[in-house]
Amino acid sequence: MTSLLEARDLYGGYGGVDILQGTNLRVEPDEIVVIVGPNGAGKSTAMKAVFGLLRIRAGEVLYKGEPITNAKPEQMVKRGIAYVPQEKNVFPSMTVRENLEMGAYLMKGDLSKRLDKVYTLFPKLAERRRQQAGLMSGGERQMVAMGRALMIDPELLMLDEPTAGLSPLLIDETFERIKEINAQGIGVLMVEQNAKQALAIADRGYVLATGRNRHEDTGPNLLADPEVAEMFLGG
Amino acid sequence: MTDILQLLVYGLVLGSVLTMGAIGVSMIFGILRFAHFAHGDFMTLGAYLGLTFISAFGLSAWWALPAAMVGMAVVAVFIDQVLYRRIRRTQPVILLIASFGMALILRSLVQLIWGSDNQSYATGIQFPWRLDWLGGIRLKPDHLWIVLISLGLVMAVHLFLTRTRLGKAMRAMSDNMDLALVSGIPAERVIMVTWVIGGALAAAAGVFLGIDTRLHPVMGWSALLPVFAATILGGIGRPYGAIAGGMIIGVSMEMSTLIIPAAYKPAVAFAIMVGMLILRPQGIFKGTV
Repeated sequence: MTSLLEARDLYGGYGGVDILQGTNLRVEPDEIVVIVGPNGAGKSTAMKAVFGLLRIRAGEVLYKGEPITNAKPEQMVKRGIAYVPQEKNVFPSMTVRENLEMGAYLMKGDLSKRLDKVYTLFPKLAERRRQQAGLMSGGERQMVAMGRALMIDPELLMLDEPTAGLSPLLIDETFERIKEINAQGIGVLMVEQNAKQALAIADRGYVLATGRNRHEDTGPNLLADPEVAEMFLGG
Repeated sequence: MTDILQLLVYGLVLGSVLTMGAIGVSMIFGILRFAHFAHGDFMTLGAYLGLTFISAFGLSAWWALPAAMVGMAVVAVFIDQVLYRRIRRTQPVILLIASFGMALILRSLVQLIWGSDNQSYATGIQFPWRLDWLGGIRLKPDHLWIVLISLGLVMAVHLFLTRTRLGKAMRAMSDNMDLALVSGIPAERVIMVTWVIGGALAAAAGVFLGIDTRLHPVMGWSALLPVFAATILGGIGRPYGAIAGGMIIGVSMEMSTLIIPAAYKPAVAFAIMVGMLILRPQGIFKGTV
């Protein structure tokens, strides 16, 4: 079976400095895969590189076995990969509904089915569809951001720290939603600071340090690994 | 009282002209992140294109308006493709200086083709209506048309921005460039539409100015300061703010003649712009800078 996403030996970064030093990633269909690691490990950089937001100098990215290395974000969206950046992930002056519409910009035809699907997952967005996204709370904005990404009916959803800046209650809820999204058959690749909770819902996890894979295992195994616990999970 | 009402009429006419320019400047800033210094000369060129349509094809000034708008839309896209597109990924200041150079090029081109003398669309004097029910103010039909057509164009831009996919994509890009990219919004197509609208509205401003006064190679350049003032007042990158800004600047400039000599009109725009930058640099409506 071909993997949904496979990144092999990625090298790349900003300017002349390679932040990624041979990073490997793999997501199987229906999997939740979490990337954890200390600050500056290159977690977000790896996500951006995979999505074509920064130049990969060496290595390759395969989506369903086809090369998509350094393809434009537009191409990624057309293939069914959606990406939610960590910050500034809504269009603040636009309404919730308009934010969602923008997510489906490249999709042809009627949007109502797609909208309904997102509204079913996030009922709060249906209530607030006319509200300006910039005026919403952090948790609601995160829902808008995920909703926008889901508008293309992706097969792979990439989330960069979806729980950053959220209250513990909202963090739990966000992880619940991610599980629900995954249950619909959407592969999830996410970077997370809340490593313990994220690994608890993950099928597999990667521990990244200085742009290299340090550990790779199932979520529970990584949680149980004393070395991982000591290094990255705060004991 | 009659004086004030009369000046209000003139102010609304001037405000319409400034609004047409300011919407374009604001949109271009929102999408491309630089102050487009050639916008005044876009207005000039638009006005002269109108003159050519009138003299060469015998169109009336009102029919020359849509023709000039189409012409300037094409010119704006062409200039973007030839000049601005090549330096899109550099710093905004480089684009700003390049647009300054483009302003000089366009002005010289206008002088070269049409000469540097004053010209006008129509000879003779248009007799104003005397509105006795409004304190006996005088209203020229031209002035009424300028305000009404501007209103129509503003409505059209509003509908475009709020009802169409491409218009919404334009607001999205202005709101959050990176997220627009990640959502798969085709940036180059949105940029092209921005120039079409910016160029067309600049031509409308130029033709209105030509109908109201006369044509001169520096007509647009002299209007650039009040246009920028209107843009800043409304909040840079906010096309709706540009409408409010344009009207406030236009009316203020005309009203100021009640207390200070008319020659200081541009200074009023400048004073409002400076005051606004000191007190509320983000504009009435929160701008993108």
